[in-house]
Amino acid sequence: MTNHWIDLRNADAILAIGCNPAENHPISMKWIEAAMDQGGKLIAVDPRFTRTASKADHYAQIRPGTDIAFLGGMINYALQNNMIHEEYVREYTNAAFIVNEKYDFNEGIFCSFDDQEKTYDPKAWAYAVDGAGNPKRDHSLKDPRCVFQLLKKHYSRYTVDMVCSITGTKKEDYIAVAKAFCSTGRADKAGTILYAMGITQSTHGTQNVRATAMLQMLLGNIGIAGGGVNALRGESNVQGSSDYGLLFHLLPGYLKSPEFDNVDLKAYLEKWTPKTKDAKSANWWGNTPKYTVSLLKAWYGDNATKENGFCYDYLPKRSGNYSFMKLMEKMGKGELQGLICMGQNPAVGGPDSLKTREALGKLDWLVTVDLWETETSIFWKRPGVNPKDIKTEVFMLPAASSVEKEGSISNSGRWAQWRYKAAEPVGDAKSDLWIINQFAKRMKKAYEKGGAFPEPITKLSWNYGQGEEPEVHMVAKEINGYFTKDMTIVDKDKTLEFKAGDQVPMFKYLQDDGSTVSGCWIYCGSYTKDGNQMARRDLADPTGLGMYPKWSWCWPVNRRIIYNRASVNPDGVPFNPKRVVITWDALEKKWKGDVPDGPWPPMNDAKEGKYPFIMIPEGHGRLYALDMKDGPFPEHYEPVESPAKNLMSKTQTNPAVKIPANMSSDTAKFPFVGTTYRMTEHWQAGAMTRSLPWLVELVPTMFVEISQTLARAKGISNGDMVKVTTERGSIEAKALVTSRLKPFNVQGKEIEQVGLPWHFGYAGMATGDSGNVLTPSVGCANTSIPEFKAFLCNIEKGGKRA
Amino acid sequence: MAVSRREFLQGGAAAAALILSGKKAEAGGADAPQMRTKGLKSSTTICPFCAVGCGLVVHTKNGKIVNIEGDTQHPINQGALCSKGSALFQVANNERRLQKVMYRAPGSDKFEEKSWDWALERIAQKMKDTRDKTFKAKEINKKDNKEYVVNRTEGMAFLGGAGLDNEECYLWSKFARSMGVANLEHQARI
Repeated sequence: MTNHWIDLRNADAILAIGCNPAENHPISMKWIEAAMDQGGKLIAVDPRFTRTASKADHYAQIRPGTDIAFLGGMINYALQNNMIHEEYVREYTNAAFIVNEKYDFNEGIFCSFDDQEKTYDPKAWAYAVDGAGNPKRDHSLKDPRCVFQLLKKHYSRYTVDMVCSITGTKKEDYIAVAKAFCSTGRADKAGTILYAMGITQSTHGTQNVRATAMLQMLLGNIGIAGGGVNALRGESNVQGSSDYGLLFHLLPGYLKSPEFDNVDLKAYLEKWTPKTKDAKSANWWGNTPKYTVSLLKAWYGDNATKENGFCYDYLPKRSGNYSFMKLMEKMGKGELQGLICMGQNPAVGGPDSLKTREALGKLDWLVTVDLWETETSIFWKRPGVNPKDIKTEVFMLPAASSVEKEGSISNSGRWAQWRYKAAEPVGDAKSDLWIINQFAKRMKKAYEKGGAFPEPITKLSWNYGQGEEPEVHMVAKEINGYFTKDMTIVDKDKTLEFKAGDQVPMFKYLQDDGSTVSGCWIYCGSYTKDGNQMARRDLADPTGLGMYPKWSWCWPVNRRIIYNRASVNPDGVPFNPKRVVITWDALEKKWKGDVPDGPWPPMNDAKEGKYPFIMIPEGHGRLYALDMKDGPFPEHYEPVESPAKNLMSKTQTNPAVKIPANMSSDTAKFPFVGTTYRMTEHWQAGAMTRSLPWLVELVPTMFVEISQTLARAKGISNGDMVKVTTERGSIEAKALVTSRLKPFNVQGKEIEQVGLPWHFGYAGMATGDSGNVLTPSVGCANTSIPEFKAFLCNIEKGGKRA
Repeated sequence: MAVSRREFLQGGAAAAALILSGKKAEAGGADAPQMRTKGLKSSTTICPFCAVGCGLVVHTKNGKIVNIEGDTQHPINQGALCSKGSALFQVANNERRLQKVMYRAPGSDKFEEKSWDWALERIAQKMKDTRDKTFKAKEINKKDNKEYVVNRTEGMAFLGGAGLDNEECYLWSKFARSMGVANLEHQARI
């Protein structure tokens, strides 16, 4: 989230697209309803008439996977009806930037596409530069090659009629939504966009997200109270686990994991440290060397020296894509010997799950660390297999629950909140911290005696106390970081003295010479000399906007609304005097309110002013992107399995996505659109809820939701057993016939949809077939997140699965 | 004597309250919130389900969790919880929770109980074998035919983390990379 949960109350319009907060983030409705009490409008855009839709002022039905058409149409609507926030667009986005002559777009394909490799060369999309190497700009926004004009041209194709014939939305509903949301393009209005997996689980998921961000930039809605692009995240600490780099392409703090050709630290830093020649651009990622070296110092301590590149060689180097789907593919080919699952359940949670369950049997060993038996930990005795045929050795380790250990988790609004241990773990269960500590200590001991390249393990700095349980506060302090030697830092008019071992107060003091340690730079400031900031419980609310700056701690530097320099005009005057996030006090020469996005004076200050989008090298929000794998503008393509032809161009699906074999758009065999979703009473792959009697009583079994018209056509009644089939497999479940689902009019034909929760499996107290048996292993061009939300299926009365 | 339906219900409710409380009904009696948790130890926590980050208060008696409820001081949820959050008590008190280290030998049809030390030693051995056997120090890149140092363990993958604490995620990340594990992924990718 750019903003945070309580901030939703500051919105004049809330667009929930590809998410269902009333169902999946129920307490967020407290703040959505607080906004509505003050006249704010709730808009729900979803294939199904969800619990959120039932509360909304406006509802628009959208065919799964057509979000870019929907949002592109809103971009066009805002531009055509002059509803954009012009000053914001001109000053803070790259609208005025001129694009080089080579840029071109034709029939769904941007320039520089390699049809063999299915890849683009994004260099061809670069800005045109002047003699000094800075991008050329036209502040009048009239140059035909400026981003604003290219954007206008690109989305002029997204007319209301065109959009509605793609999305299946009723025209009057679409116009009502566009009007209600685009009305926040004024300085005194705020609109927020909420999204979740309905946006990301798509072969063009990243471009879906970009489309939301672009619309928000055009409306001047980023950086302000009640605005922003807000991902409603699904697991309690999926924000934190992303922050700490548990993804193949990342290290902690969103530093990149090294690639094979980043041959040494120098080459790595050269590749990943962006540069700018524009003095007005803060280019915050220019600090990459400080954060990288501080991380390596946290990992390799005194062994990491300037001479040895701070042990950079010890890090594994990637050559290719190791995303979840690729790993499952590798496992299926027998290329993995071992797998450790820390509270993850791939036998239910991933796409094409029959294949994943098969693939688990190719492992030599499997470790699951969980509170429960999961489908993954008992895959060897799942229905239909003979355990004797499965040679995998399985270790099922009992983990402590969240109330049986101490530590922090980060919510969607980036608030890191401390939790306390209330009781000892049940039975022999142990905290994950204890288990990881045991793994590390035992590996260190084993590699003392030799083995393949032992140094990365033997030289690893690993000191978390002498107790049986590692000292969690020592870990938290290392994450924040400390000085390794006495330091004097001159910061403007202040001279700061630090002793070796002092906690670093904030990341601007981190160094690239080994004099600081920080395990995750974005958390620097979370545990300082004033103690554990994440444990704070002070309810002061000085701005009156619900930011609660002394409640817990939020990254970065306790800034509650990021990009907040865009909430003021270039002179530092708030766009909306009624909801002041930050304001420049010209007398005291400092910002007041939220922690600003950097201490510099307002943008118009000739000497020190900076642009507001500090994480981007050119300092301006990107309406036109330079580094996406599938184009600078989001363009509508159909989901890989779709009942429709792409009306927008001759390019049917995202050209930068390679399509695997087990996909089918044969609508004779699979005439219906399948989509998966979640519900309040269960959680993710289900292990955490399907064994709780109170929740099992509420939702005891797997079901398949269909419309009344489809039920009539198929002779299915509520509660009948049905079979749902896709190219991947089939499942049986009870039919739930509702008026929440309606067919779509797709190019003159009525297309029905089939809705499936994906929480079920064969382990636990309440069991049922898994929705993900049906879903395809094809993912987003940029992130490889699978297209769970849109596929083709058939449904028949009668229960037998194939 | 004629008793109206309303009077009857009122009397019934009062009688029921007396039976439940086992003593005379009075203001601030046994049903008052402060009485329910009197004498119990309390600590705060954050909900482990979705990422709204609602606060809860956990009450314990003699080291056992006897009650969990919404934290009325918490600015996000102000004491309210959804059905999952309200059921956290049953995560802490649940006969289906794993209590022992379990091991399933290749081809076996059952789990057997093991000690932590036995299991951790064997896992360490498995990890080391896999790392030693599948460690790739260098590789030739297909595009430019040059040799690069990659220091990568090919044969092992680590999954998960969205349910772990930040400090656990950090150590998991640190440990994985020190082991040369490039195959490091979690729920955010799906």
